This record gives sequence, C-alpha cells and structure tokens, in this order.
Amino acid sequence: MNAEVRAIKTPAEQALNAAYTAARTMLPGKGAIADLREAAFQRFDAAGLPHRRIEEWKYTDLRALMREAKPLAEPAKAKGKVPALPGLAAGRIAIVNGRYEQAWGDFRAGPGVELSDVFAADQRNYRLGEVPGSDDIAFSLNTAFMMGGVVLRVTKDAKVAAPVEIAHVFAGEAAAAMYPRSVVIVEPDARLTFIESFNGPAGVDYQVNSALELVIGDGAHVDHVMIGNDGDAALRISTLGLTVGARATYNGFIYTAGGAVIRNQVFARFEGEGTQASIGGATLLKGRQHVDNTLVISHAAGGCTSRERFRTVLEDESHGIFQGKIIVEPHAQKTDAKMASHALLLSDEAEADNKPELEIFADDVQCGHGATAGAIDRALKFYLMSRGIPEKEAEALLIQAFVGEAIEGIAHVSIREALLGAAAQWLSARG
Amino acid sequence: MPFLEVRNLHVEIEGKKILNGLTLSVEKGQVAAIMGPNGSGKSTLAYVLAGKDEYTVTEGDVLLDGESILEMAPDERAAKGVFLAFQYPVEVPGVATMTFLRTALNAQRKARGEGELSTPEFMKRVRDTASHLGISQEMLRRAVNVGFSGGEKKRNEILQMAVLQPKLAVLDETDSGLDIDALKVVADGVNRLRSPDRSMVVITHYQRLLNYIVPDVVHVLAKGRVVKSGGKELALELEAKGYAQFQGEAA
Repeated sequence: MNAEVRAIKTPAEQALNAAYTAARTMLPGKGAIADLREAAFQRFDAAGLPHRRIEEWKYTDLRALMREAKPLAEPAKAKGKVPALPGLAAGRIAIVNGRYEQAWGDFRAGPGVELSDVFAADQRNYRLGEVPGSDDIAFSLNTAFMMGGVVLRVTKDAKVAAPVEIAHVFAGEAAAAMYPRSVVIVEPDARLTFIESFNGPAGVDYQVNSALELVIGDGAHVDHVMIGNDGDAALRISTLGLTVGARATYNGFIYTAGGAVIRNQVFARFEGEGTQASIGGATLLKGRQHVDNTLVISHAAGGCTSRERFRTVLEDESHGIFQGKIIVEPHAQKTDAKMASHALLLSDEAEADNKPELEIFADDVQCGHGATAGAIDRALKFYLMSRGIPEKEAEALLIQAFVGEAIEGIAHVSIREALLGAAAQWLSARG
Repeated sequence: MPFLEVRNLHVEIEGKKILNGLTLSVEKGQVAAIMGPNGSGKSTLAYVLAGKDEYTVTEGDVLLDGESILEMAPDERAAKGVFLAFQYPVEVPGVATMTFLRTALNAQRKARGEGELSTPEFMKRVRDTASHLGISQEMLRRAVNVGFSGGEKKRNEILQMAVLQPKLAVLDETDSGLDIDALKVVADGVNRLRSPDRSMVVITHYQRLLNYIVPDVVHVLAKGRVVKSGGKELALELEAKGYAQFQGEAA
C-alpha cells in the first residue's frame, strides 16, 4: 500500500488554491500563456509555500510569515499619483494594483524604445518564463497569477539617455494581492538606465509578488536600481530573472527601506564571455522589519566578472538576511566573482544572517566572499565626539557613511543623490 | 588660577590601575611637556582628558578653567575647548574630511551658542592651514585619514586643531612614526598655534620633538604620577640619563 505523505495545507495555501481556481479563466492571456500559468500553479501546488526546511528559504519561512493570502487586487478605480523620491527625474511607467496604467505615468516611447502591455506584446519575439529562476516557487506563483505589466524593449544600438522608471503602486485601501510581471529587453550594444520602484500606503498589509525578466544582449549596458519604499505592513517578494550576453555590463542595485516582510531574489546567468556585472544593495531596517536579499549568480561563460556588495543597517528587532550563491560552470574559466555583505547592528535585538555559497566547477577562477556583522565602532565614535560632534550626530554620520559607501557605487548621479537623500531622511527619522 | 588642573587623579582600565594620584597644573598659554617611559600613563592621561569612556576615574578631579569636566561627554569637553591630537588617528571611511571638519566646527559653535561660520570663512580657515601643512585639496576631499600615510594622518590632526582652535590642546606622541622632515612640518604647524590664550600638553617619549616645540615646563611621569617637574633643560637631562632613575621610586 502506498501512503502519500503530504503536508496539510495552510490557510494561505488553501486561499491561493481557491483564488487560482476562481480566477484561472479570467486572468489575461490565452493559449501558451494559460499553459504557462497552469504548469506554474501545479509546481506551487505540489510544493506549497516555501518554509524554513527549504534551504533557499531558510531564513524567510513564508509558510509562517504569510498567514493569509489576500484577495487578488482589483484595477484601480480612479487615477492617482505615483509617489516618487525627491529629485528623481525619470519617465514613469505605472503598474497600479498589478496592472499597467498608462494614464498614471508620463513615459513616452521614443526612437529605439518600444513599450507594450505584457499580454499585448508579440509573443513571437519573446517567450515569457524562460529566464533563470522560473522554477522557484515564488516566481511560479507570480506566473500563475500574473495580472499585468509591460514589455520594455530597447532596440539594437539605441542609447536611452534619460532613466525609465517602472513604478509599482498599490492604490487600494483594503489589503489585496498583486502579481505584476514585466519584461525588459535590451538588445545588443544598446544602453538603458532603469528604476523599479515599489510603493504603497502605510498601515495596509497588502501583498506583492512581482517578477521581472531582464534580457541583456551582447555589448549592451544596463544600470538597474530597485527602490523598495513599501508601506510598513506590506509583504513583498520580488524576483529578477536575468540573462546577460557577451561583453555586456550590468549594474544592479537594491535599496530597501520599507515593508514588513520583503524578499528580493535575483537569479542571474552570464551566457557570454567578457561580461562585467555588479549588484549592490543598501537595506535600512527598523521595528520588526524582515528583509531578505537572495542572489544566485551563474557564470555559464568564461571571463566574466561579478561583484556583489550589500550593506544593511538594523535597528530595534529587525532581521536582515543576505544569501549569495555563486555558481561557476565547468567551462567558465577565468571567472572573477566576489561577494561581500556587511551588517551594522544598532540594537542588541536585531539579527543579521549572511550565507555565502560557492559552487565552483572550473579550475582557473577567482572567487571570494566576505561577511561582517557588528555594532558602531566605538573608536570611530569617540574620535568624532572628541571633535565636538554629539553622540547621536556622530552615530548618524557613521551610519550614513556606512550606507553611503554602498550607494556611492550607483553611476547615475540623480538616482544616487536621491537615494543618499532617502537614507539621510531615514536616519533623521531615527531620532 | 591654572587653566588645567589635574588633582590627585586615580584611573583604572579593566581593573588595572594606570594613573595613581596624578597632580598637574597647566597655566593659560603655557606649553607643558609630559615625558615618561612606556606604560607610565601618558596616553591614559590624554584619553581621560578627552573623555574616553573605557577609563574609570576612581578618585580625584580634572578642572578646566575652574570647572570639573569629568562628568562631561567628549563632545561637551570639545565645545569647552579641549582637543586631543591622537597618537593613532583612526580612519573614518565614507566621511569626507571637509564634511567632518565643518560638522565638528559647527557642532562646537552651536554648543557654545555661536552662529555657524560662513562657507567662505570656513574655506579660508581650512585652506590657509592646509597649505602650511602641505595638505592638498585632493586629501581634503578624501574620507578622513583613509589611505593617508602615518605622516599625513598626523598633519591632518594638526589641521583639525587649527580649524577648531581649542583652548587646551593635548598632543599624544605626535612625533611617533614621523621622519625628521615630517616632524618639522608638524611642529611648525603646532608652533603657529601657540598663543597666550591656548594651553598645550605635549606628550612624548623622546626629547627630539621638544627641539622643535620648545616647552615652557617639563613634567616627568612614572607609574601614573608626576615624579619631577622642571624647565626645558629637564628634557635634555632625561635624554642623557634615561628614565631608569624614576622607574623605582614611584612604586
């Protein structure tokens, strides 16, 4: 006799099941898209919500953290405004309650830049769901429920000077769940700076499961900054699936200050030789915030350089997590991959977890990792105070410097300044 | 009344007694050299004057212009005019030297109820001193002491002193790690700051520094207390005879 061992479904899993059953035929996209949804949902249904005994989710037990699944968000009723950081000028593409709302934004497509709704885009040119990480359970949930989003394409050789922002906004008053899915394609030798921001009201426990597919062609240059400014009760999981061609440049940055439970996942694969990639991060946490940055970087071609530099400031009882895995495939010789994660603990109750992993199958590579977690250096603080700087101000200066060193890596000056300003604001609110 | 008065000071760190009834007076405008062998408590005295909290004062008092400063935080002491030039200046990554100087100066002025120095005034004060000390604009733009050589760090201490214009400057082994040329530059910077309104405590192990910063008075420290005081010729005597004569008697 066979006894099938199967965990009892949590209320959230049951709600997701019911929501999918009810919404399946109403969700956008037919044919191949519907098949993609169905396969993704089956993956989720077999696995359930990820929990602490799944290594990749060890520190973010979603089964425990996501007590209930909110109903799927309805389209926004009235036109509203997209919140933006002061001083940050960008052509905005608004994704409101999980759907592309052209009227909310001010982005204008120009020469070399094409924009369409993710479900209106010509599927002959691009097939959804083929980026790294698409088997991940959170990514699969996004695929099952994806509501809307855009395909932004920068055509070959086009250099887009002004930054483009894909601004996600939750505009409801009652908690709901949104599943935006967008695609950014940067064709060979093209150039793009883009921002992905996440915004929503305080006090509403809305849920976001977003996914972005980013495809970077040979010789292209992409600067990509994620800005997490969610409301304080939000739960958000954002997945980036990234493929990069040869001789390309990818500079990613993940800034997170808002939200109750946040997980940023990056699944990247370098498929051509001679690519340079960096992913930085600055995370500012207080209260009981939980933020998990998890990166899986696969060097599938030789001669690529990757750098990960993450910094986290933790107040109160907050919890910050960095998990970085670097995979060097057998033929990816001359890989140069390094990661570093540093946490500054401002309270005895805060917790920082760093988990670096290296899986190296080639023999001529340079890989390294470094991680630290500690309090403000007393010797530095005394030095500053001995010059007349009061204790709180000295601490603020040192925290700002710690975070600033990460943010300074952002090439685009107005994005960098805006984030330095946001970090200073966070510090001054610290009191 | 002396400007700085240290009365019967007893200090411990981690249960170990370092200062053992130290008594010392420094007059307004006076340059006092403190000499002594390793472990005599010279750096401890410097840190206690600046207010480093790892040290525990078990007895005695420190008066600045007649007022006890022992209960004051380091920043409050700085606002009262205390400045410590560190023996080992720390690197402060991510904080530009100019930002640091301006923040410190304005914080002190604010604590004293004075207005902020205007940008042109501030820039002039920094540039004038920086050029005397051979500190380039490029160094001023860099993070405080990051990537500086030992000599550059010491010069940066004197620059800070010149910008902050303290009433009591404590120089903790400012000569350590300097070659003779760097020593001259630093000493020259210090001498330019000598003033009837500024007292200085120059702590050194060697007499060499005192050829360039000529003290009004020399105190010898051994085993946590002042064991001998005299004029500048005392330094020369110590150079000739060494500290051995004092090692036994304070025990």
